[in-house]
Amino acid sequence: MKSLIFRTITPVIVSVMVLFSIFVLLRGHNEPGGGFIGGLIAVAALSIYGIAFGVETVRRAIVFHPLSIAGAGLLLATLAGLLSMVFQVPFMTGLWVYPVVLGEEIPLSSVMAFDIGVYLVVVGAVTSIALSLEERGED
Amino acid sequence: MAVSSSPADLSAALVLQPVAALDWLVILPVAWCLAIGAILLMIRHKGAAQPLVAIAALAVLVALDSALLWHVVQSGPVTMVMGRWLPPFGIAFTVDLTGALFALTSAVVALVGAVAAIDDVNAGGRRYGFYPFLMLLMAGVSGAFLTGDVFNLYVWFEVLLISSFGLLVLGSEREQIDGAVKYGFLNLVATTLFLITTGYLYGIFGTLNMADIARKAPGLQSVAPLVTLTALYTLAFAMKAAAFPVNFWLPASYHTPRIVVSALFAGLLTKVGIYALIRIGVMLFPAEREQLGQVLAIVAALTMITGSLGALAQTDTRRLLGYLVISGIGAMLAGIAIGGPDAISGVIFYAVHSMLVMTALYLAAGLAARLGGGFSLGSAGGLYRHHLLFTALSLMLFFSVSGLPPFSGFWPKVMLVKAAINGDASWLAAILLLSGFLTMIATGRVFLLAYWRPAEAQPAAAAEPLAITALLPVLALTALSILIGLFPETLLNLAQQAASTLAEPSAYLHSVFPAGGAP
Repeated sequence: MKSLIFRTITPVIVSVMVLFSIFVLLRGHNEPGGGFIGGLIAVAALSIYGIAFGVETVRRAIVFHPLSIAGAGLLLATLAGLLSMVFQVPFMTGLWVYPVVLGEEIPLSSVMAFDIGVYLVVVGAVTSIALSLEERGED
Repeated sequence: MAVSSSPADLSAALVLQPVAALDWLVILPVAWCLAIGAILLMIRHKGAAQPLVAIAALAVLVALDSALLWHVVQSGPVTMVMGRWLPPFGIAFTVDLTGALFALTSAVVALVGAVAAIDDVNAGGRRYGFYPFLMLLMAGVSGAFLTGDVFNLYVWFEVLLISSFGLLVLGSEREQIDGAVKYGFLNLVATTLFLITTGYLYGIFGTLNMADIARKAPGLQSVAPLVTLTALYTLAFAMKAAAFPVNFWLPASYHTPRIVVSALFAGLLTKVGIYALIRIGVMLFPAEREQLGQVLAIVAALTMITGSLGALAQTDTRRLLGYLVISGIGAMLAGIAIGGPDAISGVIFYAVHSMLVMTALYLAAGLAARLGGGFSLGSAGGLYRHHLLFTALSLMLFFSVSGLPPFSGFWPKVMLVKAAINGDASWLAAILLLSGFLTMIATGRVFLLAYWRPAEAQPAAAAEPLAITALLPVLALTALSILIGLFPETLLNLAQQAASTLAEPSAYLHSVFPAGGAP
């Protein structure tokens, strides 16, 4: 799209949206949010970027092919479930560690890894669809 | 770490005893397929590595499923509850003999399909993602066979459905899109019906765990509309299994994709529908299925007859095989209609046979088309003269699908016919035999025209001997069919045990609820 206003404001909107999507992803453990909705917000950001600067720019910006991102997410989610095998608990049991970084306790869990996997699957799969549609639209 | 030191009594909500290593076999087939599918998705551009990884992974899957079957034979149904929540709240994966047998057979079929795809799927198809889709399809199929939760079954249906869409349009030809739309539409209707019915089920039972439903159902028979529920499920799964009259999607779509995809679909997808019908109709709602028995029997008879008559009328081998798939589904439905352990063991045996042989037949049709110039019976010919071994294999497969000894198709037909006669449904037995006879004529026609008849125009490549790698998949499946036909004892015993576990699911229930507990 050749609107100067849109192109000027897009980088700001997109960076805020991507940040917000990560916030929603991490917040999702105890409150509304999570990987799925966070992923969709990130896809919306990438779509806006694509509308403003073209599909090629988005593809360069996310480095990996969208479907590879989805694959990585699926693998991460599966491995997060399989981690329970080591601790002799059933598949997908939530496992927690509480490392203390700079005096601050940070709860990390396999649940979060699973959720990040979901986030990546949604980002990868839906971005792939959105970019293909946008590409067709440009013809 | 995992167990926190909170004062609440965790034993009422969580699985606290450590999980035995062998119990992991319950979930590993699914997790393995998902993980490998994800990795293949990430290396999609490495066309040469794809088949190697996929074939090795599927070989491991066959090993996992064999180990699972062995474990289930040794120690009865096995359960693992996701996220350590106690059933019925945690999603349970419960595997009994039926599930394990189906899972193992499907893995074998997928492995053979992956080998056959080396020749059949070109570089474009690989980049498009044939192998990742195959692995994800297997995740869906294995999940459907291994899960012990009705809603989870729905989820795996979706997984395999979406993967099958991807496989179906591999190549993006106009004809394939057309087939995929018809296939997709009816399957989505079926899946939606399945979901609505599951909502209804939850409304009645307040639980989705199959074992929990099975133990609560007898108490609710007089107060809840369980027959309606069973009828709705039967309709949904009959669509999936391609039973008459909701099967028009199958002949409309199965001839469009690449032949190896057709082969995999013919082997795997409709059998998932049959499996779900067995699970719901035989284990969860046996009394209700009995009430629907007459309807089911008529549907089964019509499916068999329309299937084999349709096969007789076709001139395209792929379409013809599609109708043979339907006819086989009819035979399995007949067994479900009759009910009782004898008939159900026949159905399970038939399903195993049908998975192997239908896949082999499609692969053989693909080879025949490559050698003899196309799928049309009008123009094919001359295979017998140049490809004796291949002709012999095809003939054996034709005999097997028609139910002639000494091949795998013979025994389940015998079991079903016997069960039909004992169950006061001699007319159904007659239809079973008639459909076998019609199938024999249909396949005999293929043999006569495509193999025996001298080729009209001698194709240049006709005398070229077939590479052993191309022949290997068909050879392996035919060998399995003969092996089962000659030594049916093991499978027969397994099928009978599986059927008796379904009819009397106390071992299944005990596996999910070891402490018993009031419903």
